[in-house]
Amino acid sequence: MNEVGTVAIIVGILTSAVRLATPYLYAAIGEAFAQTSGVVNLGVDGIMLVGGFAAFLVALTTGSLWLAVLAAAFVGVLMGLLMSLISVTLKAEQGISGIGLYMFGLGLSSLLFKVLVGTVKTVPGFPTVKIPLLGDIPYLGPILFQHSVLVYGAFLLVPVAWWFLEKTTWGLKIRAVGQNPAAADSLGVDVNRTRYFSVCLGAALAGIAGASLSVALLNLFQENMTAGMGFIAVALVYFGGWRPLGILGGALLFSAVDAMQLWMQVLGVKIPSDVAVMLPYLLTIAALAFATNRTRQPAALNVPFERGSN
Amino acid sequence: MKVRSLLVVLLLIAMVVTGCTSGGGATTSDKPLRVAVVMPSATTDMAFSQSMFAALKAIQAEMGGEAKMEIKYSENMFKLPDAAAALRDYASQGFDIVIGHGSQYGTSVQEVAKDFPKVTFAWGTEVNTFGMANVYAYTAAAEEGGYINGVMAAMLSKSKVIGVTGPVEAGDAKTYVDGFTQGVAAVDPNIKLSKTWTGSFSDVAKMTEAAKTHIAAGADVLTGSSQSVVGSIGAAKEAGSVLWFGTQQDQATLATQNVVASQQYDWTGILKQIIENRKNGKLGGEAFTLQLKNGGLKIQYNSGYSLPADVKAAAEKAIAGIKDGTIKVQP
Repeated sequence: MNEVGTVAIIVGILTSAVRLATPYLYAAIGEAFAQTSGVVNLGVDGIMLVGGFAAFLVALTTGSLWLAVLAAAFVGVLMGLLMSLISVTLKAEQGISGIGLYMFGLGLSSLLFKVLVGTVKTVPGFPTVKIPLLGDIPYLGPILFQHSVLVYGAFLLVPVAWWFLEKTTWGLKIRAVGQNPAAADSLGVDVNRTRYFSVCLGAALAGIAGASLSVALLNLFQENMTAGMGFIAVALVYFGGWRPLGILGGALLFSAVDAMQLWMQVLGVKIPSDVAVMLPYLLTIAALAFATNRTRQPAALNVPFERGSN
Repeated sequence: MKVRSLLVVLLLIAMVVTGCTSGGGATTSDKPLRVAVVMPSATTDMAFSQSMFAALKAIQAEMGGEAKMEIKYSENMFKLPDAAAALRDYASQGFDIVIGHGSQYGTSVQEVAKDFPKVTFAWGTEVNTFGMANVYAYTAAAEEGGYINGVMAAMLSKSKVIGVTGPVEAGDAKTYVDGFTQGVAAVDPNIKLSKTWTGSFSDVAKMTEAAKTHIAAGADVLTGSSQSVVGSIGAAKEAGSVLWFGTQQDQATLATQNVVASQQYDWTGILKQIIENRKNGKLGGEAFTLQLKNGGLKIQYNSGYSLPADVKAAAEKAIAGIKDGTIKVQP
């Protein structure tokens, strides 16, 4: 009999959590860009799927993983342009157009997978890179410093996104068009162009989120493989109060509970598996209901910009 | 209002027409046999749906191709209302045999079958024909192959920790795991067998993480069921020396170094029986079970993995035991 020690379990849970948080981080930080500019994009899951498929296909045909990530970002931008066209230029209801975009992405990725690939295939994905010295630290090394490049990228994205939104002129413009588009407009900021930029940047990250699944974490593509992760990512943006650091906290908490419930099942803790599987989702709902700080919610969220009317 | 009344008339015409065509569903020798199947996942899922699709294709080839047997399918029908509509569509289009390949389709099959008494319906995995004369039910005694896999897994595990990555604790996923558990216990009751359930047949990401968790907890042999186990197999492959036992479909091609053996469902026998019965005028009312004994279940050893002779001998002995009834596996 092999008994797993408590420390090993905690290290295991946290290592899993870091891995699981990766797609959520890309997608949710991307969504934060879009929402900060005033556009709710509910199509994240669909964008993740087409991004994940594009990356998988490129990796399968060319063998180049960086090209795969680039392809995912590129199709993400295309999806973002579509979302922007519908919700910013044509001013359609954002929630509905986002759901439409999700269904489009789900259908398109499934169709292309069937036509171009056909059956379950795996690709050699990004390998685990152990960071010298840091990777050898007991406990902390395996948790934080023995992952694939895309996992590190997701965590590095957090400070970069914070700096971009808070410290650059671009970030200021994005926040301005989300808070008070009329004022931004009167100061010469092109509201719609800024929103296009933010939505497309967010969508590119959602595409990379898909790639993190298909060429780094799972190394395969299957129809509807995201299984609703994109919607959790949207929830994490609210959870994190539109701040990259808050999103990081939310993503880690959600993933840690998810990892914990898997460990509880492995260790044979006597709770019904159905309840275990629900835990992270229940937590998200509870946190959204009780602990959300909405003071940073962009005032013009979900409102299309019409010069002179708002 | 005019448009609405026109619609009503059209609808009535449609009903009359479909009523007529479904009435003429009996096979004649020159018309091809028309078979339709509704499946919860893709025909290429390397698991449940593929096992059925492959069987239909094999029968089609044997009967003489498309001219003799027509196959239509609807895949990824995970939404029940869509599946029910598809079943009704096929029945009304005059298909001879309509298959609802998923235990979740039971009530839909029951509803639709009432309205098309001349069409043969088949559904599984279940044994309930609802007492209807035009409904067949079919299932797989997945616990039998589970037991065989369990025996081999217990003998091959060095760490004496084995992980099961299950989808939903129901149907043939549950019976397979139950059989596997008994097989492991028959060899070594001290082996630690951990089970996880993701609550989904298709969530590959969660399945992958579940498999990685088992491996982190010391498991060196894994098994599991459903189309999402491609994730578990990927995790086993990535870990290098972790072994995998498959079910439903031969999964050796997914990881030639790691897959030891797979229990394969072979539906051809049952399907042939249904076709034969229909020819003889028996439209339904019987339940079939895939077993090792009737050849519906097969253990496919992966030729790319060198299985020790004593393990293979133990597996063959267990297969013989189940066939002759000396080993009883509880589902």
